[in-house]
Amino acid sequence: MTILEKLQSGRVILDGGMGTQLQERGLPLGVLPEEWNISNPDEVTAVHRAYFCAGSDIVCANTFGANSLKFDDRLEEIIRAGISCADRARAGLKDKFIALDIGSLGKLLKPLGGLDFEDALTIFKRTVKAGAEAGADVIFIETMNDIYELKAAVIAAKEVCSLPVFVSAVFGSDCKTMTGTSPEAFVALAEGLGVDALGINCSLAPAEMAATVERILKVSSTPVIVKPNAGLPQEKGGKTVYSLGADDFAKQMVPLVEAGARLIGGCCGTTPEYIEKLVKAIEHIAVKPIENKGLTVVSSYTQARYFGDIPVLIGERINPTGKKRLKQALKENDIAYVLNEAVSQAEKGAHVLDVNVGLPEIDEPSMLEKCVCEIQAVTDLPLQIDTSDPAAMGRAMRVYNGVPLVNSVNGKRESMDAVFPLVKKYGGVVICLTLDENGIPSTAEGRVKIAEKIIEYANSYGILRGQLIFDTLAMAVSADNTAANAALVALDYIRHKLGCNTSLGVSNISFGLPQRDFINSTFFAMALARGLSAAIYNPNSQEMLKTYNSFLALSGLDKNCADYIEYASSVSAGEITVTAAQKGGTQVTGDLKYFILKGLKAEAAASAKMLLENSEPLDVINGFIIPALDEAGKGFENKTVFLPQLLMCAEAASAAFAVIKTKLNPAENAKKLKAVLATVKGDIHDIGKNIVVTLLQNYGFTVYDLGRDVPPETVLKEARDRGVQLVGLSALMTTTVVSMKETIELLKRELPSVKICVGGAVLNEEYAKEIGADRYCKDAMATVRYAEELEKNI
Amino acid sequence: MIKTVRGKLDKLNVSETLRYLGYGKTVIPEEGVQGLLRECESEVLAAQDLRACYSVFDISVQGENIDLGFAKVNSHSLALNLAGCVKCVLFACTAGAGIDRLIAKYSRISPAKAAVMQAAGAALVEDWCEELCALFKREYGDTRPRFSCGYGDLPLTLQRDIFAALLVTKHIGITLSDDCFMTPTKSVTAIVGIR
Repeated sequence: MTILEKLQSGRVILDGGMGTQLQERGLPLGVLPEEWNISNPDEVTAVHRAYFCAGSDIVCANTFGANSLKFDDRLEEIIRAGISCADRARAGLKDKFIALDIGSLGKLLKPLGGLDFEDALTIFKRTVKAGAEAGADVIFIETMNDIYELKAAVIAAKEVCSLPVFVSAVFGSDCKTMTGTSPEAFVALAEGLGVDALGINCSLAPAEMAATVERILKVSSTPVIVKPNAGLPQEKGGKTVYSLGADDFAKQMVPLVEAGARLIGGCCGTTPEYIEKLVKAIEHIAVKPIENKGLTVVSSYTQARYFGDIPVLIGERINPTGKKRLKQALKENDIAYVLNEAVSQAEKGAHVLDVNVGLPEIDEPSMLEKCVCEIQAVTDLPLQIDTSDPAAMGRAMRVYNGVPLVNSVNGKRESMDAVFPLVKKYGGVVICLTLDENGIPSTAEGRVKIAEKIIEYANSYGILRGQLIFDTLAMAVSADNTAANAALVALDYIRHKLGCNTSLGVSNISFGLPQRDFINSTFFAMALARGLSAAIYNPNSQEMLKTYNSFLALSGLDKNCADYIEYASSVSAGEITVTAAQKGGTQVTGDLKYFILKGLKAEAAASAKMLLENSEPLDVINGFIIPALDEAGKGFENKTVFLPQLLMCAEAASAAFAVIKTKLNPAENAKKLKAVLATVKGDIHDIGKNIVVTLLQNYGFTVYDLGRDVPPETVLKEARDRGVQLVGLSALMTTTVVSMKETIELLKRELPSVKICVGGAVLNEEYAKEIGADRYCKDAMATVRYAEELEKNI
Repeated sequence: MIKTVRGKLDKLNVSETLRYLGYGKTVIPEEGVQGLLRECESEVLAAQDLRACYSVFDISVQGENIDLGFAKVNSHSLALNLAGCVKCVLFACTAGAGIDRLIAKYSRISPAKAAVMQAAGAALVEDWCEELCALFKREYGDTRPRFSCGYGDLPLTLQRDIFAALLVTKHIGITLSDDCFMTPTKSVTAIVGIR
């Protein structure tokens, strides 16, 4: 019998604690448990044997911490020995299996930590390869605190071997992982990646896990693992004992097994006795069949969003089509603009954010990957990865922390063959456009036929109907007055007869007509009534929001109309509280300097706009912005203005500057100096560097911010390619001043005319000189002063 | 034996936050900064996920050579701090990954708010440390002020031993980089002598 057959046929008993068992047998503090695979294999084998005899069907080999970070060139040997211990333990027993046990690498991934996603993947791959070659039956990735690391581990497992993969995460009593993931988001990710079992282990006693287990079981179509601790550790007579005895543990497990937990065992503090009693306690409980829940779900690293009940709103603002300012931002690599669009849509109530960065002149795969990672650092909404380039789609889906909505595939064979393998591999839900090699059918029947074809073809890739959302294509009603009807009839049929979810890019319907919002919102209402599950919309459109909130109230989806009432009152309040600046009029004229000094962003922008009506852009910069910044800067130098206020001034100046930029001829930019800024290799502290970037930009200098952990070669390349006069380097740690020195040496050798300034906690005047920097800048203002000094000589 | 605890603070230590931002004791922050402080306080308090783990070790101090029970270290400043102690509490604590997410978010979209958030997070974890030290005092009596790696001549590399001794990553999710920096960044480890 294979492990998967066993899992199909019924419950599977896992083992109990390993680390605590080895400590009982004398593993000293400070010795890595995996060392015993080689130095004390008999003890390790004895623990496994005891679990097998107690009733475990699977034991986890003693490889929890076996990765190249800890064992380097001994890794394969340690893993081989670990699997071999478990193999010896099953001698003479039937249908017993060995899991290659994989735990966390103990390092957080970017953006929270410093470990690169692909580097983590490489490390996991080596462990998996060694385990598979040593004869493991299943890969068991467990005790994961961070689902992003879990994603790296699963992809690694799938890319290296074809063994079944089980995953288990740690949830607290608040039903969240340490990095904030909900049970539903965890299940969405694990199922999206195609694992064979998923669940929860460690940290809590069985009873404390009940709420999380219930939520997992409710949404999982995959067998569920439950492996709790024996309660909390306590000290008794100088020995560590766990609060929950074997009998109580077994008793607490019963309701979880009744609820449907299928793979059960114990974690810290549990022993073979616990497993034996657990087996007895649950013998009589009937095995629950595993149901396919048929859910359509996308997720981020914290939350899952289901399609089907409440229609899902997909914010469309991060898509350059028809958006001049976003196009400019993407061309200039101005990610901050994109991130502000993301945050603002999230604040306005979007459920999912569309991310499309397709422009002919940019490298779309790397830009999309970058934007997806950066947007996930500012919002935890699920994202829609929107591109027609399969390479860009694949890269973005790989690094995305969660399972994405993917936009889009269509009925063309070429499109399906490119997109479906990605959806199969990384999970997620894909928007399917009802068009194919013959174009867009004008009739609803034609579109339904394509939908049916797509469902069938997706199925051949192992993609379920629930992973497909159909867009029946809103076309301009001004060109064809049956357009709305065709889309709606097809939508209705697909939703109710084919049982699939639906989506529309609503605003296309009004193309070529005046007052498009009127048409859009009415069409939106019609589509909602016919079963629309999702819409791509503009979160700034009040008309769409009115329709949406009214629809929810009218269709019984808004209990006591509470959300509607809240929405309605926010609208009237919003109309009253227009800021002074937005009202225009005399009170803001000429007050730009004041607004900047007070750090009032909206007012500064509005004021700049008004000043531009009668003044030249350069006059506004030199007459208002620079004097304001100088005043704040001097205050900072004299310690009458403090960092937060200085930065607020800088932000207000940025807001004004953004307005002026639209009128400014790039050639007449006030400042000629260009600078590259970076936190040096090995260092991930970028707060100080970011402040310097902000201020330099405010003073009108062109700044290329290379981010943190930047290798010397990259600094050189960018400095050379951009033709800069100044390079600013930042380091916080003594250990990374070495890379600062290397960077300076390289720059001095290759680009001797470029000036280098340095800053950061560990540096001072002398130290800066010693490593060859031209200037030590103690803070952001000092850097601005240095740049001004250099500017004079250009 | 390693114990774990969780906590929750209901307000932010605003004067400490301002001190980290460079404000003197008598300076009243500008109106706009006060607004930022209020926003940061509510966001930081909502994002907090205070966790700690600790254990007691027998120690011995011979001049500057200290046997901490989980590691041996040579340190003049720690020896002074631990004078007369025979045991210590070793603890690790964190304000949680949510605070780092907030800092990461605002460092991308608002430098001013990022700076205040950074300071607020630091003040939060300091208060969490104070709460823990009060707990140790109740549990173990006469305790010394906490002492962390990097204070005086106590090397940062001792962090590796601390992480191994308390299984910090497993228990409360803090990870340690090769350079001995912790993530989540608003985290502290320290030794508290018991007399």
